[in-house]
Amino acid sequence: MDSKFITRGLERTSLRNFSVWVLFWVVVLGFGLYGAYLCLAEGLNQTNMDNRFVFGLWIFLDLAIIAFGAGAFFTGLLLYILKRSEFTAVINSAVVIGLICYSGAVAVLAIDVGQPLRAWFTFWHPNAHSMLTEVTFCISCYLVVLAVEYMPILLKNRKLKERPSLLVFQHNLHKVIPVLAAIGVFLSFFHQGSLGGLYGVLKGRPFAFREGFGIWPSTFFLFVLSAAAIGPSFILLTTSLVSKISRKKLVKPEVLQSLGRISGWLLLAYVLFKSVDTLVWINRTSPSLLFSPYEYYNQESFGTWILFAEIVVFGLVPALMLLTRKIREHRGWLITAGLLACAGIAVNRFVMTIQTLALPTLPFDPFLSYIPSWQEIATFIAVIAYGVLLYSFSFRYLTLFPQERDLNSLTR
Amino acid sequence: MKSIEISPSQYVMVIDADRCTGCGACMVACAIENNVAPAHPDATDRTGVTWMKVVKVSSGNNGDGKPACYLPLPCQQCAAETPCVTVCPQNAVEVDQQTGIVFQMSQRCLGCRYCMAACPYHARYFNWWDPEWPEGMEQTLNPDVAPRMRGVVEKCNFCHGRYQAARASAAEHGQASSDPVTYEPACAQACPTRAIKFGTPANNEQGVGDLVHSSSAFRLLPRLGTEPRVYYLSKHKWIRQMAQMEKETSTGEEVHG
Repeated sequence: MDSKFITRGLERTSLRNFSVWVLFWVVVLGFGLYGAYLCLAEGLNQTNMDNRFVFGLWIFLDLAIIAFGAGAFFTGLLLYILKRSEFTAVINSAVVIGLICYSGAVAVLAIDVGQPLRAWFTFWHPNAHSMLTEVTFCISCYLVVLAVEYMPILLKNRKLKERPSLLVFQHNLHKVIPVLAAIGVFLSFFHQGSLGGLYGVLKGRPFAFREGFGIWPSTFFLFVLSAAAIGPSFILLTTSLVSKISRKKLVKPEVLQSLGRISGWLLLAYVLFKSVDTLVWINRTSPSLLFSPYEYYNQESFGTWILFAEIVVFGLVPALMLLTRKIREHRGWLITAGLLACAGIAVNRFVMTIQTLALPTLPFDPFLSYIPSWQEIATFIAVIAYGVLLYSFSFRYLTLFPQERDLNSLTR
Repeated sequence: MKSIEISPSQYVMVIDADRCTGCGACMVACAIENNVAPAHPDATDRTGVTWMKVVKVSSGNNGDGKPACYLPLPCQQCAAETPCVTVCPQNAVEVDQQTGIVFQMSQRCLGCRYCMAACPYHARYFNWWDPEWPEGMEQTLNPDVAPRMRGVVEKCNFCHGRYQAARASAAEHGQASSDPVTYEPACAQACPTRAIKFGTPANNEQGVGDLVHSSSAFRLLPRLGTEPRVYYLSKHKWIRQMAQMEKETSTGEEVHG
């Protein structure tokens, strides 16, 4: 029934199956939006955050999905600036994933602040010294860049292409995409870094505070590097997941292996810098503020295991796996390595946000715990449902994987 | 620890921990003076608004008979690298260079709570609920202080309403606007043991200029370099060491009052 909207040569599931899938996610979205509505209408008392645990699940997951969304800028960098043409195969999907991650994160941030209608104050009264100002500016601009980058993908829809004016517009847009990709790389570099800087500058939180270069703490650079490392892995994972669900070959295996290899090298560099940074922090930064780093790991559930897990189990291990050709060539192991790498960055974002706030600062402070409320979880589920829906529609009606037609016709 | 010279025209608060009985009168006086609404029925000690918060601190060294003290904790009005000022994305926090007081402009606050994460003293409070007063009680509101709405951050400002009133009065009497005025915050006025002293070293009200240099004076977490304008006094070495993180161990926090 909707076949005239589907790209020629691509096979998609029946409209009935697609409708059931969409309906399910719409119901999930509705539930999530109800939680979000409660937080907006009744206030943030609907969450389990408090005056000590001022950030919770939302900030942790925002930081994680913004890192995952880095695949969009990094694939753009590889394709348009470093001229690695094999990544044409995944760039469209990467842009959609990036758009979902960034728009979802911005939507959650709008609920997370106490007075969302005052968000424009940051543009009107910006504090140039605040990392959050830089994050707000760069993420807002980059979201616009992603939306513009999404336009040519959207306008290539079979039906929309029939309109000559849209076709011309799409063609013109396509010519500026490399410029947009370059702007995206520039903006991403700064906001990924500033997200790391958010915590690294907090001298009042010696667990998070790091020394650095100039105005940037070391976490600024570590966040940029880790986001660049994880972006390709996340593209690898999402492509594999979509391939599994749709039962289609979407890209040549070499493309995924190539993504894995790049991810591996960057992850190895990240693990190296992270290890040096941790040693400097343990031996110099933290003791200089009279905080013994060992006390951080004496607290309840956050033992040194979390440091080991972050750097070795979810850092060094997946990096070495991704750098081993035989493991890369085995689909299952490649996905496992990608999953471990993404989990490692999520652990890092968790440590920087949740563990930082749980640990005491004043000598008579207790260690605090926090469990998110159902409204907080529901709000995030809404983002996932929104992402699945936007991706599902994009996958069905747009051309996200240019190699798909050839790969599947060869099979047939 | 290196002593810091406070600008003589800027206000300091000196709290004698040895005199504090933990009665909580300062907390009540502060809330009334500054139009802090009665706590919401669902509020906890982690979600309430207490610009002044008295905590019980014990040394944790001597078993059952361990010594304890009470520490009233207002905003420490950090003089250097004021953590909340630099992080606020929309300049809703500023330091008045004349008085040294750190101001929270609730009208401009986005409610992102980054300042709260940055504050090592946990002296900032978020309005998790709409401020509501029982019927009739709104008649008791202080007209010199604007109540704050849900979703914004607030904190102690050394009773700014009283400061403004004192300035207006001083101007009427021909005092130059650059001269520090003498006034007393509600907490200091209400303390039955006179544990809280307030003033400027220039005027040396209540002897604050001398007290900050006494051998029993200390500040919280001095190594962070925030240079608080709130000083504490204690003749007990364990309290001074504990506050400056030069302690062996200390445990337990209990809100009192």
